[in-house]
Amino acid sequence: MPDTLRVNPIACTGHGVCAELLPELIWMDEWGYPVVDPHPVPPALDLEARRAVAACPALALKLTRTDAPRPVRRSAGSGGTNPRTPRTPR
Amino acid sequence: MTMTPIDDTTSEAAGNHTAGLPRLLPLVPGVPEDLRTHLGRYGRPPMGNPNLIRVVEQSGLTGRGGAAFPVHRKLAIVAAARGRKVIVANGAESEPASRKDNLLLRAAPNLVLDGLQLAAAAIGASEAHLYLHSISPEITRALAQRAAAGLDRLAVTVTEAPPRFLAGQESALVSRLGGGPAVPGFVPPRVTERGLGGAPTLVQNVETLAHLALIARYGPRWFRAVGTADEPGSMLATVHTNSNISVVEAEIGVPLRTLSLQNNAQAILIGGYHGAWLPLDAIGTLTLDNAELSKHGAAVGAGVIAALPADRCGLAEAARVVRYLAAESAGQCGPCLNGLPRMAAALAELAGRGHRRQTRADLERWAGLVTGRGACNHPDGTVRFVRSTLTVFAPEIALHAGGHCSATNRTPFLPLPDRMPLTEDDWI
Amino acid sequence: MSGSTVFWYASRATGIVALLLLTAVLVLGILVNRQGRLPGLPRFAVTSLHRNMSLLAVAFIAVHVLTAVADTYVSIPVLSSVIPFASGYERFWLGLGAISFDLMLAMIITSLVRGRLNRILWRAIHLLAYLSWPVAFAHSIGSSKDLQQGWLLDLSIACAVIVAAAALWRLASAARQLPRAARVPAILARHTGHQAAERITR
Repeated sequence: MPDTLRVNPIACTGHGVCAELLPELIWMDEWGYPVVDPHPVPPALDLEARRAVAACPALALKLTRTDAPRPVRRSAGSGGTNPRTPRTPR
Repeated sequence: MTMTPIDDTTSEAAGNHTAGLPRLLPLVPGVPEDLRTHLGRYGRPPMGNPNLIRVVEQSGLTGRGGAAFPVHRKLAIVAAARGRKVIVANGAESEPASRKDNLLLRAAPNLVLDGLQLAAAAIGASEAHLYLHSISPEITRALAQRAAAGLDRLAVTVTEAPPRFLAGQESALVSRLGGGPAVPGFVPPRVTERGLGGAPTLVQNVETLAHLALIARYGPRWFRAVGTADEPGSMLATVHTNSNISVVEAEIGVPLRTLSLQNNAQAILIGGYHGAWLPLDAIGTLTLDNAELSKHGAAVGAGVIAALPADRCGLAEAARVVRYLAAESAGQCGPCLNGLPRMAAALAELAGRGHRRQTRADLERWAGLVTGRGACNHPDGTVRFVRSTLTVFAPEIALHAGGHCSATNRTPFLPLPDRMPLTEDDWI
Repeated sequence: MSGSTVFWYASRATGIVALLLLTAVLVLGILVNRQGRLPGLPRFAVTSLHRNMSLLAVAFIAVHVLTAVADTYVSIPVLSSVIPFASGYERFWLGLGAISFDLMLAMIITSLVRGRLNRILWRAIHLLAYLSWPVAFAHSIGSSKDLQQGWLLDLSIACAVIVAAAALWRLASAARQLPRAARVPAILARHTGHQAAERITR
């Protein structure tokens, strides 16, 4: 089962190296932060994805097992799920 | 729904406790509870039941802190972990519109503390914490009396939470208890895997623990006697109307119209500031449960129900709330840090007289950009609130675009703190 | 020219080149951290150059050490390159070289496995660069008469000035950076334009 890319948004400082190396799956938003395709990495891009993970200066990009459970994130007073809308790259 | 008179006033606890309400709130409101009254009404907490988690599972208890996660699942995960374990009773009540946890901790602290000890024993915790907004005399007294009676197996460390919206968030809470600021951390690992001091940590809302304390005594069938099949039991709700703010205990699934909201109201906010607005006609049809509310994009959340009076401006209220939410961002994640202030400014512009065409498009774009891109739920919850504002108050937006406003009363309705956090100390 | 002289020249030459490379690596590292760009090059070029030049520097240091060891005019045990003060010849100055090299090895090894390492721990070890370079510099000047005069001295001082300036700039940049708790108030003030950013209620 191929892995999925995830960004640790706390570690990420918007260097932008990931988007340069993997424009097929990562694009930069208007503030310089990466928007990552939430689908599993296509096998053809697996090597590129690993290069991008290794290249991140902040160690913020990760490849996680696709079947690993998504963290359920809760904050005060909120309920329900986090809608994660997949974005098509610009 | 509220203060149902109870015939049974005997002190025989087991099997005799009526299934109706009130369950958590005291029989006589306003009379301070002490340990003797508590034990007289409920008996000692039934410690030592190895099947407690199973009992909780059968009862169907879900978290009352906002996320409605099945309690037995969290208990089981932490119970199954090896090594040192920690339990935290979360009474931070970071939602400014919520008052229920504060009230519960003052009116029935022993129920909460019973639940804390029962859950701690069920998971094998060796360290117990109570995290709350401010330490009250009632809590201090309850702890002292329990200590004197030798009632508790674990000593409870009490910590005050900073008055931040995110302070009650699980990983923020663990960060605070660990000596750092109350800011969320990246998940994985969840706090149930690695929490306070690296140990698996169970964080449970104080109301949830109070329900657990009763379930341990009276069993799952008693608990399920009220509520719905999927969301059993009762819940505390903070109701805001034109006249006052009150905490009520309600059966889950009770029709919203029984909460006496629609006197002079134009819309209902459900769930708190990460919740959603409902139009007035929803009151007639909807019930207080997630199965019904989710059809309208809303959730019970932390049990906040605010009926916006007809003479106020919903846009102005929403703009104040979103500005508050933006100010309360931990500022750790680029999308949240950048997106929320811009959304707040855009909403303020919509709430003014006339706005640029681009503002609405910008707001929609930013809402999509921040969703799911923070380390916690804060951007997602804020977007839910914003989107429901744009839907429910669409007519008002059109009015404002033409330079008008339907409101005749400018007094702020939804409660918000005065001060925004400025320095690191504000997060400790 | 005798065999021993060739080795001695090679050691001094590779040492000088290593010092130049390490100067460039440190400056590039600061550039990466500050999200700086090299004109005309993509962002990943800065990170790649930093990484590749550091590996190249280690290669030059390896030759620098091995040729010094191979040279028979003085006796330098090979282990003295990683065990400080284990050499009979110029014990102190070569010892500094070993310390610097040890720090570099720690940085490089942790960087090679950084995907598995705790982020904070990796960063803490990587900051040892600011210790490793001055120690390498002291080793260079102290152990080689060449660098203590003439154009090689000028070159060495130039490297030191560059590193000092870059490090000072890095410190100033950090000092200017807003602490976490101040970021949101700053952005809010900029976008909502209210004079008193503290007041939320109108």
